[in-house]
Amino acid sequence: MKTPFTREQKITIVYGILCIVVVLVVLQLWLLTATMNAYLGGDTGVIWPALIASLVCFLLNLGLLRHLYAMERR
Amino acid sequence: MIPYNREQITIPPNGQPLEQQPQWRKDFPIDWPEDHYVARRDFTKFMVLTSFAFVAGQAWIVIQNLLRQRRGVLPMQRIAQLNQLAIGQSLTFDYPAEHDSCILVRTGENGFVAFDQRCTHLSCAVVPEPNKKRFLCPCHNGSFDLATGKPLAGPPRRPLARIQLEIINGAIYAAGIEERAA
Repeated sequence: MKTPFTREQKITIVYGILCIVVVLVVLQLWLLTATMNAYLGGDTGVIWPALIASLVCFLLNLGLLRHLYAMERR
Repeated sequence: MIPYNREQITIPPNGQPLEQQPQWRKDFPIDWPEDHYVARRDFTKFMVLTSFAFVAGQAWIVIQNLLRQRRGVLPMQRIAQLNQLAIGQSLTFDYPAEHDSCILVRTGENGFVAFDQRCTHLSCAVVPEPNKKRFLCPCHNGSFDLATGKPLAGPPRRPLARIQLEIINGAIYAAGIEERAA
């Protein structure tokens, strides 16, 4: 049986996850602005790779959030 | 002695003992560590929602691109007769759709240029200034070269979209749009 995390451990974990999520969201923001700039300039070659990269970031974020809620149920 | 269980300790945010806390904090005791945890967990949830919004934005660009590709080649549209404009004069017209405002300028005896009238900064309408050889965006004092549409000053970084022109039987036609990167 898994032992539940202490309150301090939970706070440390949520800080770690939050840091990773924020970095990924900032990366997505940069991707969106760069893609929009390229698209408006007529360069359409980057929009599919950018969508895939952004989707991967989102799935990572979703996985981390799921992990956070799973940690609470332990 | 009662066993020490740190999971049950609630530490006020200023770290002082309970006796030194203001009365309102004693009247409304809050489990601060738990409150901090829940606040950060919910902020993480909000950031994941923001992440989803960015994916939706990327998907919107892809959809717009697919719609643009489906439109195919833009139709030819007559703008004006060759002798309709004197040198330095300009004429606004809508191309390709009704509210896509563009501007045609006669720069010389045989020189005509046409650009999308929307500034590439925040889409204000640019105004031609032939004597200064530039288009001026009055919103933020951005300016573009009259002959090439490239940005000269101010906030715009991308050139104006160029309207491809064709001259057939003494009339000027718009024949497409050329989007250009910075």
